[in-house]
Amino acid sequence: MKFRRYFGEQIFPPLIGIGLFLIVWMILAQGSEALPGPLKTWDSAVALFSDPFYQHGPNDQGIGWNILNSLGRVGVGFGLAALIGIPLGFIVGRVEFIDKMTSPIISMLRPVSPLAWLPIGLLVFKAANPAAIWVIFISSIWPMIINTAMGVRQLPQDYMNVARVLNLSEWKIFTKILFPAAMPYMLTGIRLAVGTAWLVIVAAEMLTGGVGIGFWVWDEWNNLNVEHIIIAIFVVGIVGLLLEMLLVRLAKRFSY
Amino acid sequence: MKNYVHIENVQMSFSTRKGEFVALKDIDLDIARGEFITLIGHSGCGKSTLMNLVAGLLKPSDGILLCADREIAGPGPERAVVFQNHSLLPWLSCFENVYLAVERVFGANEDKAQLTIRTHNALELVHLTHAEQKLPNEISGGMKQRVGIARALAMQPKVLLMDEPFGALDALTRAQLQDELMKIVAKTNSTVIMVTHDVDEAVLLSDRIVMMTNGPAATIGEILAVKLARPRNRLELAGDVEYMRLRSEVLRFLYERHAHPAAA
Repeated sequence: MKFRRYFGEQIFPPLIGIGLFLIVWMILAQGSEALPGPLKTWDSAVALFSDPFYQHGPNDQGIGWNILNSLGRVGVGFGLAALIGIPLGFIVGRVEFIDKMTSPIISMLRPVSPLAWLPIGLLVFKAANPAAIWVIFISSIWPMIINTAMGVRQLPQDYMNVARVLNLSEWKIFTKILFPAAMPYMLTGIRLAVGTAWLVIVAAEMLTGGVGIGFWVWDEWNNLNVEHIIIAIFVVGIVGLLLEMLLVRLAKRFSY
Repeated sequence: MKNYVHIENVQMSFSTRKGEFVALKDIDLDIARGEFITLIGHSGCGKSTLMNLVAGLLKPSDGILLCADREIAGPGPERAVVFQNHSLLPWLSCFENVYLAVERVFGANEDKAQLTIRTHNALELVHLTHAEQKLPNEISGGMKQRVGIARALAMQPKVLLMDEPFGALDALTRAQLQDELMKIVAKTNSTVIMVTHDVDEAVLLSDRIVMMTNGPAATIGEILAVKLARPRNRLELAGDVEYMRLRSEVLRFLYERHAHPAAA
């Protein structure tokens, strides 16, 4: 009984959704010469994932290598952004003068598409790979700074009163009050940053080339291999979903 | 020591958009060591402001505040505060919340084992040994407030300041904590300043009740000495003539001579 109810409420609706999606896709593919249907794409995916880690020179590598390369770039770019953005966020949130000093610059640069920074990256680093990481860095740093600063600013006055009555040192205030209080906000910042970074990496790699899921899409477009492009879309979506789930789970552990 | 806490001619005003707002003026009060003082008055009469001045969380616009002959220049652990909403850090266990305070006050001279013993003792005093490792969100409101009291007492403060500590609790829990507080104060001989709006609480606990007039520009209206023998028992006092006299004295002050402006 319990299982039937769980099935009816949790499993059944998404299954219907996926089924309808596939049917619409099939109908659309039927009426189009260029668009491959779900079955053809599935066959192609099985072939592709049967050997995900082959290496035939720099421009022809398995899908696994492409995914890992993209994830690596996102990891490095995001990691650098966290390394700089989180401490900066604490300072911005704690010192009003610096907050006012930096806020016009952050407000102006934040809405700029990270891809607009790619030429600057190419100019400075004179190589495609660091330039792509640079774009990820730029896209990740704003949510990191803004959310960390918000977490510090939203600190309840009660906790600060405790710190004042106890006369805690600035270091103790940071480790025992500020950091744990800002943690949930920081994790939101991290989630937003990783989300945008994963969005941006595909576009950045299309422009820079090399090994990576974005470049792979572009390569398959040149080969007119539409099945592979569709597979790439699913792969990007599923990896993004997994990253999101991982971070939500992490955030749950730090909600008090 | 007759004037362990000395408040002389204190005035407190805040600058607001409409101009200067005088919350307190002409406050003079001397508190002896070991005395239990309650501040009572209608809401908005500045009783919490007065307590925050003693705590050092606010600086007076004018006047002098001394604690043990030293000027109160800012907040410090020798004037521990029990906050109305307990203000425990939710990511630290009850033990860690108290330990943080103990470490700050005694960490320079004592080792970890001694600090741990102090923390255990403080929590034992409020009967919370069994909940030491729990997080604040895992225990009841009354227990949280007891941790708050343990944290304050563990610092061995010169003065214990309590800002409506039982205001958010139900009547039964409040009575239980009042009884516990009386026992603890008797045992530790603490000097206490408590803000309250509960007449029974004031009469039951205090040596003197400081009754405040309504704001703005509130001041001390009357001070009522409570000369009931200790230890006090709430059941015996319920029918006591002197208790009833004191109780109606406070009620008359609050509802006849200084009725709340909104109610008048």
